[in-house]
Amino acid sequence: MALIGQDISPPDLRAKVTGRARYAEDFRAEGMVFAKLLLSPMPHARVRSVDASRALAMPGVLGILRAAEVNQPDAPGEAALTDEPKYVGEPILALAAVDETTAADAIEAIDIDLEPLPFAIDPLDSLRPGGSNARLEGNVMRLGESGREWEDLKWPQAEFDAAEAEGRLPMGEPTDEWDHGDLDAAFADADYVLEDTIVHQSLTHHPMEPRSSMAYWEDGRCYLYGSTQSTQRAHQAIAGQLDLEPDELVFVGQYCGGGFGSKIAGVPIYQVTALLAKKIQRPVMMRINRYEENYIGRARPGFQAWTKMGFRSDGKITGIDLYIIQDHGPYGRSGDYNTAGAVTDLMYQPDAMRFRGLTLYTNTPPRAAQRAPGGAQIVAMLEPLVDKAARELGIDRVEIRKINAPTHDSEFGPQRITTTSAFVREAIDAGAAQFDWAGKQALSGQRNGTKVTGVGVGLSPYVGGSSGFDGLLLIRPDGTLYIHQGIGNLGTHSMADTARAAADELGLEWDDCAVIWGDSSQHHPYSSVQAGSQTIHAHTRANYAAALDMKRKLQEVAAAALGGSASAYQVGGARVSGPGGSMSFAQAAERAIAMGGEYSGEALPEDINDYTRGSATQLAGQGLMGVARDNFSHEGSTWSWVVGFAVVELDTETGDVRIVDYTGSADCGVVVHPRSLAAQIHGGSVQGFGQARSQKWVFDPKWGVPFAHRLYTARPPGILDVPLSMDWAAAGEPDPQTPIGAKGIGEPPVGAGSAAVTSAIADALGGRCLCRIPLTTDVILAELEGRAQPHALTEIHS
Amino acid sequence: MSDAEITTETPTGHSRRTFIKGVIATGAVVSSSSHLFRARSLSASAAVRASMPRMISLDVNGVSRSVDVMPQETLAMTLRYKLGLTGTKLGCDRAECGACTVLVDGVSHYACSMLTNTVRDRSVTTIEGLESADGTLHPVQQAVIDEGGFQCAFCAPGFIMSMVALTNENPEPTREETAEALSGNLCRCGDYNKILNSAMRAAEYARRMV
Repeated sequence: MALIGQDISPPDLRAKVTGRARYAEDFRAEGMVFAKLLLSPMPHARVRSVDASRALAMPGVLGILRAAEVNQPDAPGEAALTDEPKYVGEPILALAAVDETTAADAIEAIDIDLEPLPFAIDPLDSLRPGGSNARLEGNVMRLGESGREWEDLKWPQAEFDAAEAEGRLPMGEPTDEWDHGDLDAAFADADYVLEDTIVHQSLTHHPMEPRSSMAYWEDGRCYLYGSTQSTQRAHQAIAGQLDLEPDELVFVGQYCGGGFGSKIAGVPIYQVTALLAKKIQRPVMMRINRYEENYIGRARPGFQAWTKMGFRSDGKITGIDLYIIQDHGPYGRSGDYNTAGAVTDLMYQPDAMRFRGLTLYTNTPPRAAQRAPGGAQIVAMLEPLVDKAARELGIDRVEIRKINAPTHDSEFGPQRITTTSAFVREAIDAGAAQFDWAGKQALSGQRNGTKVTGVGVGLSPYVGGSSGFDGLLLIRPDGTLYIHQGIGNLGTHSMADTARAAADELGLEWDDCAVIWGDSSQHHPYSSVQAGSQTIHAHTRANYAAALDMKRKLQEVAAAALGGSASAYQVGGARVSGPGGSMSFAQAAERAIAMGGEYSGEALPEDINDYTRGSATQLAGQGLMGVARDNFSHEGSTWSWVVGFAVVELDTETGDVRIVDYTGSADCGVVVHPRSLAAQIHGGSVQGFGQARSQKWVFDPKWGVPFAHRLYTARPPGILDVPLSMDWAAAGEPDPQTPIGAKGIGEPPVGAGSAAVTSAIADALGGRCLCRIPLTTDVILAELEGRAQPHALTEIHS
Repeated sequence: MSDAEITTETPTGHSRRTFIKGVIATGAVVSSSSHLFRARSLSASAAVRASMPRMISLDVNGVSRSVDVMPQETLAMTLRYKLGLTGTKLGCDRAECGACTVLVDGVSHYACSMLTNTVRDRSVTTIEGLESADGTLHPVQQAVIDEGGFQCAFCAPGFIMSMVALTNENPEPTREETAEALSGNLCRCGDYNKILNSAMRAAEYARRMV
């Protein structure tokens, strides 16, 4: 029976339930010492001087590492340590001592003189005339002839005054703009037009495992133990940051205690552990605690947005005008706001659309991709507005989404691209049936004491796969198929599940397979990052490609040994059989080693990546090798979809909201691992619940200091914050542009969960959209009591 | 440390106040770094002499272990850095996440917020102590495997210890009671549905064994 489509517990689960699974902080080395960081107390400052003499004189203190000793990339790049900190909590220097308490005490004994610099916390403040910038170079980057160039962008006071008078978002000159169709005509064609300003917070990733790491050096080689989403790509990235050749770094990341986009490849702070270890010539453990993780652990960018949407009386969306100001943090360039524009266009298929936007550098913790970057924010913001139009036009809220949903050949975005497949309506229908949308409509507005019920729906698309990576397989003389996986192990199970594509093609039972992962010395192929829902698509393809290569070699090896033509041999049951007889995979492996050449990996395909070539060369001669680049056709952009359905009970006395029922339904192509798919749909949706309800940043505007700096101050959902039982469904239609038919699913459930809840809360409020995310209890209560909101709509960090 | 932090009750009934009292009672100075790890005393100044390590005997997973412990040392640090029991995870250091949950005399506790000196003469069980010597898994562990439980699983040892405490205390929990019993543990992957399925199956397995 094919392994694809079965529930198979992943091979690492026994280690996880017995405590044997080793995460980064669980590794030890002889003579290991501890490092602590000195974090900036100011949102923007320059280090005038550092006097560490008192600290270094303390017994047990072994050394410090300063910014000048780590790689300093060009602006807006981020260094692991800096002498110009740009947010409260940014690491300035690190210190090592024989134990952690001594290191922490020594950090306190360092005399540091900081010169405060102007700072910006709210993007809008930086755009006001005379407003200060987060960075000395400027506050935005605009695409010029040689890439993005710095600019000090200020909008006229008149725009701020007009916006205030009209109660809308100020919208001066953007840096990014695209459109298609005739927007004026589209709005003229509309029977109903709405216009709203909407804000969405920034929120910290907060994986359960903070980014602790341990490193030591031996014979000029660095051994680094860290937590990463993508082992092979992290190995390459960290080697680059440390200015090492890949073979001078052994990177071990067997288990990743959550990433959600915050540990995609190279985690900057790991450099500090590695360089301190080199400097003091001792193994160094740097434990990152929750407080530090809050600062350096990455966050989703917030949006201050405005939209105008036109609807025909039949529900068809005619035009969308969208403006997004993105809160960026101090480093890098997050594209969430641009992605949000493309997602909007894909999802609603307006006849005409204009997108305008810009991203503002701010002195708040660094942003990175967070599960469905850009998509998860915008769907939670816009879906309640689509509900508003549906109510106005008397159209069912699920129906209006189906009316506007794309089909396989629908164009979207500035480049007018199309998707590989879009079984959106099928996913909506499957979910609506599972949830009983028609029946549950009756619950909407029902009162039980102080509680009123709301029913919501949220649709969420996101990119679901890339291609062009390599697969690397080896049958050793023990007869086992070793599937070398360079992707990470962060709990999506794709490290094991994508291996099934190879096992199925070779007709093997799961027990005949061993997955090799999580350690660069174990020879990984060049792999996609484990992010953006890429792996189930990219690596079922790559492993399938390598399995086809291996199957051909098995047939040729058998024909050479037993006689007859290779094509007459069949592969199955861990044997290869044909006219001349039959041999086991174990025998074929031995025969391949004797034959050499491509059969044992001594000769390799031309088109594989150099990284794969290096790994394959190390494995050559040890068995029968299957190695190939994924050259399968991939026309169009691969997108997956989740639609979430939620029932909430809103307590009109306390403002509390309980999510009591939830179903998520996916279009993710062929279902590879049903139980794991359910976990992705549910888990992502639960993250969306936290986004919609509780995880809010608050800053002191005067000093730029955050009040939310731990889990309990911006709390993700706990087990009592979610329904006791959650349901799921899937369209299950294969994607035609990938041989296995599977698309990724990690991203879209977050937006679906968040949007279903924002939609359900609006429903409980009789259709009123508060246009603020998160919908915290105080915001809901102010609305219920008819009081002014505790902070102005556009104040994103209040 | 703010007042709010000091007085916050954790779901296991162990409070910051008792933690701080414990530190004071053992003669250490309360400092913001009391949750950090010190291997041994470094100097003999008067202040430090008061916090010299003491060799104590601990009963962990049914084995008596002798270990040097600083007065301000937390159980999580002793387990992880002195006894090599790294299955107990540290997700927050401050009783917010439950990843460090262990059993003390059969009752679940946050090991990050419990002083090692307070568990002398008490029986400590960690995730490493659940499996039998012959490799037979505890019914809770087996149930998690059979349900394909957890995603990243960094929270798993803590959740599993809470599940063990629940199945010992209440052989036939409802799904609601199970959620209540596990509410001191946080799963950032949001895998609560599967965790609840695992816990319900665990209770069933445990009942069959009795």
